[in-house]
Amino acid sequence: MMAELPKEGGQFRTRGGLAGYFRVVWAVADKDVRTELRAKEILGTMAAFSLLAAVIFGLAFDLRVPRTELVAPGILWVIIMFAGVLGLHRSFGSESDLGTLTGLLLAPVERSALYLGKTAANLVYFLIVEALLVPTLLILFDVNLLKPLILAGLLLGTIGYVAVGTLFAALTARNRARETLLPVLLLPVLAPLFISGVGLTAAVLDGRATSEAWPWIGIIALYDIVVFAVAFLFIDLIWEQS
Amino acid sequence: MNESAVQGGAGRWFALLLVFDAVAAFAMIAATWAGLLYAGDAINLGGVEQVAQRIFYFHIGSNIAALLGFLASLVGSLGYLFSRRLVWDWWAAAGVEVGTIFGVFVLLSGAIWAKPAWNTYWTWDPRLTTATVTVLIYIAYMLLRNGFENPDTRARFAGIYAIFAFLSVPLTYYSARLFRSIHPIVFDGANQEAQGGFSIGPTMGQTLAMAMIGFALLFFALLCHRVRQMAFESRIDAIRGEIYE
Repeated sequence: MMAELPKEGGQFRTRGGLAGYFRVVWAVADKDVRTELRAKEILGTMAAFSLLAAVIFGLAFDLRVPRTELVAPGILWVIIMFAGVLGLHRSFGSESDLGTLTGLLLAPVERSALYLGKTAANLVYFLIVEALLVPTLLILFDVNLLKPLILAGLLLGTIGYVAVGTLFAALTARNRARETLLPVLLLPVLAPLFISGVGLTAAVLDGRATSEAWPWIGIIALYDIVVFAVAFLFIDLIWEQS
Repeated sequence: MNESAVQGGAGRWFALLLVFDAVAAFAMIAATWAGLLYAGDAINLGGVEQVAQRIFYFHIGSNIAALLGFLASLVGSLGYLFSRRLVWDWWAAAGVEVGTIFGVFVLLSGAIWAKPAWNTYWTWDPRLTTATVTVLIYIAYMLLRNGFENPDTRARFAGIYAIFAFLSVPLTYYSARLFRSIHPIVFDGANQEAQGGFSIGPTMGQTLAMAMIGFALLFFALLCHRVRQMAFESRIDAIRGEIYE
């Protein structure tokens, strides 16, 4: 890996415009996912936590709720929110621990490409965990979440979550209280996503008209756009020397 | 950063600040008097609700102060990120700290009023949701600041968070508004499902204006004191650094 770097570095520097930019994004994402697939540090924790949380929610609500459709939207999104925080703080945690973040930042590439690469890698972990979680909820709660609109909302919502989450993970990477701080920073800022996600899932599960589901998708998409726009504006400020 | 300017002007500015404090205190006393005694009763309400509606003046007043605080945080954060002068960061941090206190008071006064008016302390109305989430965001902002040693890093990261926070608030409001709302809209009256609302008579309007001015003055007085304190903190740090070096 290390031996290849000079060659690849030359490739990164090519003034390939958009293609060159996305080659950097791909390189960072590829590196992260490959390391993760060998270490299974983030994925293992996130997956185990979400399955465990699903079981705990099952035990908590089983006898108290007449129809599980009533609580399923909340359960789905709460588990994703909390499992996500667990994974996100490791996305820069191991890099800071090993000192590889400095190496990454020294690379002669756009900082926003590093951020996008990290975001893409996190998105992969989240989607894998969600692919496990949705069938688990089907088995434990007998609720079918495999509907196109719910899945679309889940994908869009996850993109927004990962975009904010990766940025905040970078913000807290050098903070004294980073593990405990990340959820406190993230959860209130994620409120629009959470409310819309739950609203969308509930609307679809209740079998209401699809016209009631679209405004939710609209808010989630708007959130994604705003988040990426602000992230691109400020990402260079986070990794400035200080 | 121009330390000597802060120090040299401190005496003169402090006298001015004390005068300002007195004005703010007087305005608050006047607002309290008006809110409790001068303002007329709401015609359509009776019993406990009649008494409870007077909290409205303090509710709106502190709401103005909280809004000003959060506005100060946005302006201060943008100012810091563009100019890189720590003074801006002090205004942002002080705005959040003072604004959060008023924000908590908005939530508490609202809950106290809501019990007789809505027969519940709490409901997930869009305004309530947004106000709560905003207060939580700014508490997180203060916790984030706590974890950084270097004042420049702290200012930069806190500034980025404040801007994110400020942008997420309207989205929270619109997502929560897709649910049904029962919060009265006193100035518009467009919400047919609102409960516990009333329309404003002349004495009530004057009282409301006094409360808003009083709370705004109180806010600015507290804000200036906090910024002054932060300027001192920074000076102490600088002097301590000189001594140990």
